[in-house]
Amino acid sequence: MSQPTTPPKALGALGTYLDERFHGSSMLRTNMRKVFPNHWSFMLGEVALYSFIIVLLTGVFLTLWFRPSMLEVEYTGSYAPLQGVMMSEAYASALHISFDVRGGLLVRQIHHWAALIFVAAILMHMMRVFFTGAFRKPRELNWLIGATLLILAMVEGLLGYSLPDDLLSGVGIRLMQGVALAVPVIGSYAQMFLFDGEFPGEAIIPRLFTVHVLLLPGIMLALVGAHVLIVWIQKHTQYPGRGRTESNVVGTPMYPAFAVKAGAFFFFVFGFTALMASVFQINPIWLFGPYTPTSISAGSQPDFYIGFMEGSLRLFPQWEPLIFGHPLSLSTLIPALVIPGILFTALMLWPFLEAWITGDKRQHHTADRPRNAPTRTALGVTGITFYGVLLLAGANDLISEIFYIDLYLTTWIFRVSLIVGPIIAFIVTRRVCLGLQRRDRDELHHGYESGIVKQLPSGEFIEVHQPVGADAAVELRSKVASEPLEIRTGAVDENGVPDPRTRSPLGKLRGAASRWFTRDKVDFDEHDGGHGDGHAAVEEGAGSGRAAVSSGPSDKH
Amino acid sequence: MNWITARRRHPLMGYAVVFFALVAIGTLWAVLAPNADRAEARTQEAGATQQDLAAGQALFEQSCSSCHGIDGQGRNGMPSLQGVGAAAVDFQVSTGRMPSMNPDVQMPRKPPVFTEEQIDQLAAYVSTSFGGGPEIPASVDPDEDYARGDIELGQRVFMSNCAQCHNFVGQGGALTGGRFAPELTESTPEQIYEALISGPGAMPVFDDETLTPEEKLGIINYIVTVRAEPDSGGLFNLGRLGPSSEGLVAWTVGIGLIVAAAMWITARQREND
Repeated sequence: MSQPTTPPKALGALGTYLDERFHGSSMLRTNMRKVFPNHWSFMLGEVALYSFIIVLLTGVFLTLWFRPSMLEVEYTGSYAPLQGVMMSEAYASALHISFDVRGGLLVRQIHHWAALIFVAAILMHMMRVFFTGAFRKPRELNWLIGATLLILAMVEGLLGYSLPDDLLSGVGIRLMQGVALAVPVIGSYAQMFLFDGEFPGEAIIPRLFTVHVLLLPGIMLALVGAHVLIVWIQKHTQYPGRGRTESNVVGTPMYPAFAVKAGAFFFFVFGFTALMASVFQINPIWLFGPYTPTSISAGSQPDFYIGFMEGSLRLFPQWEPLIFGHPLSLSTLIPALVIPGILFTALMLWPFLEAWITGDKRQHHTADRPRNAPTRTALGVTGITFYGVLLLAGANDLISEIFYIDLYLTTWIFRVSLIVGPIIAFIVTRRVCLGLQRRDRDELHHGYESGIVKQLPSGEFIEVHQPVGADAAVELRSKVASEPLEIRTGAVDENGVPDPRTRSPLGKLRGAASRWFTRDKVDFDEHDGGHGDGHAAVEEGAGSGRAAVSSGPSDKH
Repeated sequence: MNWITARRRHPLMGYAVVFFALVAIGTLWAVLAPNADRAEARTQEAGATQQDLAAGQALFEQSCSSCHGIDGQGRNGMPSLQGVGAAAVDFQVSTGRMPSMNPDVQMPRKPPVFTEEQIDQLAAYVSTSFGGGPEIPASVDPDEDYARGDIELGQRVFMSNCAQCHNFVGQGGALTGGRFAPELTESTPEQIYEALISGPGAMPVFDDETLTPEEKLGIINYIVTVRAEPDSGGLFNLGRLGPSSEGLVAWTVGIGLIVAAAMWITARQREND
């Protein structure tokens, strides 16, 4: 680091003044030196944070002109094809922002793209946290906050999609009404409460607006603050590597290097979002026309983050049994509320469930490599596959139209893939993880394939293997031994008497889950090297080998 | 030769070669490519002469009768042409859907096989021999008159009658049984009018009592105006397909660019290795 410099006199005096009153310097000094590990995947959460800031800023701009009112007005703005059309004031003001406010359309498009990137970044960030096991103790609660933020972001986005009151928005609101109605017993009351009367009424847009610009952003801002604060307190996880332990963090200090990087990264995110907003048209509401309950368009889709719910609605069969003379709309209730409910409950409970299965109560600050937790990784990919099939099914009419596939055939293809796809994904991912572990073990014991082919005096060709570098070796060795619960908790005492806890039904379930979770382990230590394939020993004299090989053909140049 | 030999290793030479090759290909394409632009005037089978009918019959027997039958009754599940009328023939043939080499549940739009004159002759033959069907009123010439259609009326009628299959921007949509509502991006005003009155495929017939000629012209004017509307939101309209293509772009372009930036920013410096 550079020499300590004396600050300018005025600045120093100001600093002293503040410090004498707030005692901030010691706290600042510690926190300025806070270290963040360097890896691109650790920046995904920041992408979410930055796009959230962009959405907030552009959203404030939009509220200056947007009128959340369902009053019928005649459009007189500058978009010619809709002149004279009767529409709600909300839609008219959204058109006004798009065509008659300077920079309005650009800001609207930045707002929308940033919202998409916000949710996409949250999903990417969650995948990173999940696959590296960064949700484990002590970070389970922050995982809960994050999952809550994902749900809130999805709701917030859906409300924003609904506000302009164009034909696409209205279809979304109609769908919300349908889902509310499908709730047993209280459904019709919930819908009357939500819409202040029958659909569409005049209350829904102003109500959604209040929730969209005030309530949810407020809650989300508070949760984002808590989320970041907890990361700060608990420190960031890091990937295994030389000099990295469970009790240190190796990386870049907050000030100046990380602050500069993070600041620059904010401008990257903002810049790319603005670039997309100026190049790609998004949500051209003027083409959709105003919402009228009598109209609906082919190809009406929600934004991608609601797509999985749309898909699950499209795939679910038409079940509507009569219970005591009252229809129970299972074909809406299950796909729109039960399936997402199960998905998100599983997502939120996973850290606790995994801790229960593995009996692992240790603190974890080093990230798992996904291959080293094959069952968890496979489960994650299973979930992603399930979600992905639902997401694609949400656009099944577009797929049918573009690829000339019968619409109902796509429904059946997706129904089957929804069941079969995740199972295949689980098996394949697990095998891939175990295969990668075996390769790690081979590399550790035999070195990596150098690409240098040598001919032995006997005429045999062999590839020279070179020992892995010190950094790579630490990374390869980072695998934490995973044993079934019985061993770790000492379920059988020295006399061979099993722990009574393992004999209850729950205990048996736990034991079974634990064995399943840790099955098929690749043992790194138990390796006899007895392949007899001539490369049991790591090649030590590889340097000279390389020189010998490269000297041959170089003469010809 | 010397001049070229001296410069062929110039650093910019590669670019120059590519540039000239592209210009050459472009010019060649412009010269050789078939000119697809054709004015399509309205069928006027009223003035069809005996010669036209004979020519129409010859065309019909050659290109249509193998499926629709010499008597126009249709066979083997192929539709009958009894009472379809000239408008239906003009719609099917001028949009290239007929004659079809490969009959399927639905034919896609293709460049037309016959010339305008031939189509008129064919339409005249079909409507006189197998019985006439719905016609465009003599007082209306859609290609000319659509512009006087009330666009505000058209917008409303389009959204409540057409958009559920053809999508709000006329991008089309999927139907059941392998059928689809075609996109309206290339349809001429006359073809739209003909489709409205003849109801091709799964489309309902919108006769003058369901939709008045004024409403039809309004719809046509709305379609033509909106599809010609420039995409105010940017260079790429993402197919005007709505949130699905937007989501795809957000994940590929958006997340792609941002992750690339993240990788670049966090790339390890060599000396720390």
